[in-house]
Amino acid sequence: MAITDIKAFAHLTAADIETLGQELDSIRRSVELSRGEQDAKYIRRTIAAQRALEVAGRAVLFGSRNRWAWLGGTALLSVAKIIENMELGHNISHGQWDWMNDPEIHSSSWEWDMTGPSSQWRRAHNYSHHTYTNVLGKDEDLGFGILRMTRDEEWRPVHLVQPFANVLLAATFEWGIALHDWDIEKQLSGTPKQLMSEPNKEFARKITRQVAKDFVFYPALTGPAWKSTLKANATANFVRNLWAYAVIFCGHFPDGAEKFTVEQLEGETSGEWYLRQMLGSANFKAGPVMAFMSGNLCYQIEHHLFPDLPSNRYSEVAVRVRELCDKYDLPYTTGSLGKQYLLAFRTIHKLALPDRFLRRTADDAPETSSERKFAGISMPTMPSMPNTERWADRWNETHWLPVDPETGQRRGLRSALNEAKVVLKEKARHEKEVLREAKVALQEKARQEQATLRRKAARERALRRIRRKR
Amino acid sequence: MVLKKGGFSVRGVREWLEAPAADVAERGGRLNVLRGAVARVTTPLLPDDYLHLANPLWSARELRGRIVEVRKETADSATLVIKPGWGFDWKYEPGQYIGIGILIDGRWHWRSYSLTCPPNWTDPEHGSKRLISIAVKAMPEGFLSSHLVSGVAAGTIVRLAAPQGGFVLPFPPPEKVLFLTAGSGITPVMSMLRAMDRRDRVTDVVHVHSARTDDDVMFRAELRDMHDRHPSFSSHLQLTSEQGKFSLAELDEQFPDWRERQTWACGPAAMLDEIEHHWRDADIADRLHVERFEIERSAVGEGGTVTFGKTGRSAEVDGATSLLEAGESAGVQMPFGCRMGICQTCVVTITSGHTRDLRNGDERREGDKVQTCISAAAGDCTLDV
Ligand code: FES
Repeated sequence: MAITDIKAFAHLTAADIETLGQELDSIRRSVELSRGEQDAKYIRRTIAAQRALEVAGRAVLFGSRNRWAWLGGTALLSVAKIIENMELGHNISHGQWDWMNDPEIHSSSWEWDMTGPSSQWRRAHNYSHHTYTNVLGKDEDLGFGILRMTRDEEWRPVHLVQPFANVLLAATFEWGIALHDWDIEKQLSGTPKQLMSEPNKEFARKITRQVAKDFVFYPALTGPAWKSTLKANATANFVRNLWAYAVIFCGHFPDGAEKFTVEQLEGETSGEWYLRQMLGSANFKAGPVMAFMSGNLCYQIEHHLFPDLPSNRYSEVAVRVRELCDKYDLPYTTGSLGKQYLLAFRTIHKLALPDRFLRRTADDAPETSSERKFAGISMPTMPSMPNTERWADRWNETHWLPVDPETGQRRGLRSALNEAKVVLKEKARHEKEVLREAKVALQEKARQEQATLRRKAARERALRRIRRKR
Repeated sequence: MVLKKGGFSVRGVREWLEAPAADVAERGGRLNVLRGAVARVTTPLLPDDYLHLANPLWSARELRGRIVEVRKETADSATLVIKPGWGFDWKYEPGQYIGIGILIDGRWHWRSYSLTCPPNWTDPEHGSKRLISIAVKAMPEGFLSSHLVSGVAAGTIVRLAAPQGGFVLPFPPPEKVLFLTAGSGITPVMSMLRAMDRRDRVTDVVHVHSARTDDDVMFRAELRDMHDRHPSFSSHLQLTSEQGKFSLAELDEQFPDWRERQTWACGPAAMLDEIEHHWRDADIADRLHVERFEIERSAVGEGGTVTFGKTGRSAEVDGATSLLEAGESAGVQMPFGCRMGICQTCVVTITSGHTRDLRNGDERREGDKVQTCISAAAGDCTLDV
């Protein structure tokens, strides 16, 4: 079972979590207080640059029968679409720029260049996903309904096609998201079956306009170059889809991005909410250009803590969040884009298989763990799962030293995870050793038995010889 | 839809073409067909979203204007001459006010000011283009008004809202008119006087204006000039630092026919209260028109009556109850999501009054959009739900 008790998992007391929450609140406040002209300029310039790139791309595509023009135009358009989705659409819809009070750059009115209507995405994403981040059965973004991303989800034969589903999702990501959001919107609005419901009409309108633009009107406008323009537009959408998919998967599915159960939600304090966001997301390392192209979602942890603070401030927030992680000895999950993606990729393929092929459980798997992970380790003699309710608390009290007696450093989740890793490795080594010894012993026994048999046979042969002589 | 009852209709085609620009329908005017047609390739944006990057006034998405001149009126007041962008509604009446948004430190601040120009005003100094003007007096605590009087430069882009308000002078004007103004309360009346002057329909008008000293009188020279040019117009100045407050009792001596006059009054709240009383006592309240300027500073209240404009319901709440809870308790269907301030699903517009952000104490006011789940009423306010 994924995390049911975040306190026990994080090796923190309720008071610790509350102070942590206050410290995060004060980071939020200091960014809020210092938002100003510079930030406003940043977003306005980004908008202008994005529009310019798009216009340039579309213009170049008029000559797209020439190979170089095609390549150039497609590249410009792809970059424009990526910026439009990531740094503009996603972030503005999160209300990151609402503080400017500008009706044209406001979460309530921004519409993005993707198949799904912004309003449906806002409900599904801003509300369902960001409120219930990584809570099983509540956060519909967990695997987007088609992928099994945690062992908590029961395996079904359909999961065997997961590797294929993953590729399909990546290639048509905007459609995946659009359908996903549309579905949630219909549930939330209570009109899942009505044909002429508002969500349906809105969805149909948006699809028609988007598809008509890229696949009918623009190609038609470019006249004789219509075929190459069409290809260019499809390619740009495809490139954008792949990139958005990669960024999202790196932010949510590498090892270390934990999952939670609904039990954790009950009576969740604001400090625990923060902690869940912190432990439930993952960053990837990026320079300024990559950060910009990912809509600053390389700072996914910071984004999940403060979804409505301006994206251009996440890098400075990250420094402070890391300091807090050090202070409370919490893990800060990050790595290169490639590594983070490969971890997610591994999970996708591993979990396509039924549980009997998997070694670990949902308590100590690399992609999902729970507070029980630490139990099996320090009490190796205990049966695999303790049965008392609050065993974790008791265990923490009796077995875990919250402060290192030698260095005086706090010992929290990060230390516990490291120790768990060592202990698990040790345990594995030990098991191997025992196995080897057993094998040697067995072999030895077999050898001895054989020798005995041989001796016995020899003796019998001798006896027979003696008998014959008599 | 283009196809209607088995055939094409011109109106159907037109509607289809205009559809993407439907949101700017009132402001877009005749350009909307073109706008809608081009939007087929700029969707989800409008062509305006690209054009206004070249010139901020080339957009009917939201009304914008450019300040073309800042003219000092007195030591602490100034006239702003503004050239509105596409889609401005020129059919305003003298005495109305407009909303104006100014960008300070990256944030738009929104206030309302009376227009001081007559309708369809052109100024040869500015290429005989149609312009509007407002006059602003710096208030001691008014952070925005001080900025407007001494901080804005010609060329600045502002947001504008369509002219509105019922404090207007009808045309033709009544035969006998009385204007009672004080301080910046003169501004809407100035628009009325200028309109009468421009149309050359200055009837029998008496204007009593109070200001602290002679130097504090806005439009002093212009008032004197009009007084000289039009025998039927008389301008009376009450300099309160020397002569004290204008007493309504003096009306009987100085302008014995005041009861027959249509009166427009604008100034501080206390003065207007007194005037309303006086007119009611004289049983001629129907001849009185008053305009109350909103106080620039917030009411600094905690809690108050929250009115839900569209549903007409209201709730009495304290300063710790969120607007979302207030609405729900009053049976209003409020939009909501996370209820913790992160999802922006609950955003609505404040149509009047002030609210406070419960997380950080920031104040929001009329025209701003707020997250109702983390905002409370700061005094009485009205929400657009
Ligand atoms: S309900 Fe989510 S921000 Fe208010």
